[in-house]
Amino acid sequence: MGLKLWALKKSPWVYHANVGACNNCDIEIVNCLTPAFDVERFGMLLVPSPRHADALLVTGICTRQAKPRLQELYRQTPKPCVVFCIGACACSMGIFADGYHAAGPVDEVIKEVDPNAIIAYVPGCPPRPQAIIAGAVKALNSLG
Amino acid sequence: MGDALWWIVLFLVASTGTLILGLVSKWIDRKVTARVHFRVGPPWYQPFADIIKLLGKETIVPEHASPGFLLAPLIGFAATCLAATMIWVANINPKGGYVGDLIVVLYLLAIPSLMLVLGGSLSGNPHASVGAGREMKLLLAYELPLILAVLAVILGMQSSGVAGARTLSLGAIARGGMRGPVASAACVVGALIAFFCIHAKLGLVPFDIAEAETEIMGGPLVEYSGPPLALFYMTRAMLFATLPLFLVTVFWGGLGPGVGGWALGFVKYLVIVVGMVLVRNTNPRVRIDHALKFFWFGLTPLGILALAFAMVS
Repeated sequence: MGLKLWALKKSPWVYHANVGACNNCDIEIVNCLTPAFDVERFGMLLVPSPRHADALLVTGICTRQAKPRLQELYRQTPKPCVVFCIGACACSMGIFADGYHAAGPVDEVIKEVDPNAIIAYVPGCPPRPQAIIAGAVKALNSLG
Repeated sequence: MGDALWWIVLFLVASTGTLILGLVSKWIDRKVTARVHFRVGPPWYQPFADIIKLLGKETIVPEHASPGFLLAPLIGFAATCLAATMIWVANINPKGGYVGDLIVVLYLLAIPSLMLVLGGSLSGNPHASVGAGREMKLLLAYELPLILAVLAVILGMQSSGVAGARTLSLGAIARGGMRGPVASAACVVGALIAFFCIHAKLGLVPFDIAEAETEIMGGPLVEYSGPPLALFYMTRAMLFATLPLFLVTVFWGGLGPGVGGWALGFVKYLVIVVGMVLVRNTNPRVRIDHALKFFWFGLTPLGILALAFAMVS
């Protein structure tokens, strides 16, 4: 495993993007940073700008209004990067699939921009912080 | 030719050493912060992994960025390396410096903040402009009391064997002593002022106004990615080591001669670093006008008091 890959696995900086969620998944993501779960021991930091990020934590079905903005966010994130679909809505739009505002689950929106995007799915409504951490660890382990 | 080669080698060794010391100090910062929060915190190699990862990402230059966008982090890093080298030379070999190198170090230590302002202004992003403006105001705020504190130490020094009294040489200040108890009191007040000034220079809470994460998306650094961001991170890590060393050298007796002196010097360095971390964790972020009032109307009168003590002694 090269030095670059080791460093990427040991220091994944995350940017949190909400593209139409009810906020439950967002609360669970922020819970991961609290002392009870403490993802900083894995080197994960919440960064303020997508240009600093290695992982995009995307929550929510992608609404029509958010779709071009999510694609722009993905383009602004320097590669290599991983996209995490957190929650049932991001994985598959769930019960909102037939809504007038729904513009495709997050993975289809990202694949329009980059067919080779690395996408990880963390289902749940909302997924517990333990599930989010497990998903992140599995995705990082599979990068090698 | 041999002399120039020696200086280049010294520069590289001092810069690398200060970078490593700075990254370890950054780890101390994150670990102490984690313990204060009842968390575990990252492992010792975390800051090194951060830099290696950033160096491996792609560099994205935004469409609206002006030329010089990529140059700003390089200049800031170079200035910090040079300032660190001069401070180490003053401590290891006091006669190796020259008269006036104190002023050069003060100028060099102001350059990284200026490069942050420049980089933010050249980014072509309104968040970055707001952050650059705030950093400019903060720079105006904390430079004034810092200069007064350094002036108090210069005026209060006793005649020392290295280069005479009232000298502007860092080496002489590092090895010299103060003229009696009143001048020593001026030195202590100066150290207190300098502690807050270097806290603001590092952009630590309560003065992390320029890079307010939750307010302006990272301020001047919002458009930087990959290796330029790594350079800014390394500059900040080196400043985290260089500024406490500057404080110890000018206000607290320097990293003294002999093994005991160096050990005591590193204890002083750790006291300052841990002090900064504890202040960072127990305070909220202040508004820019509060920061200006604190430095201009709170610390500047204290600096004038220290100056009066030094002149009276």
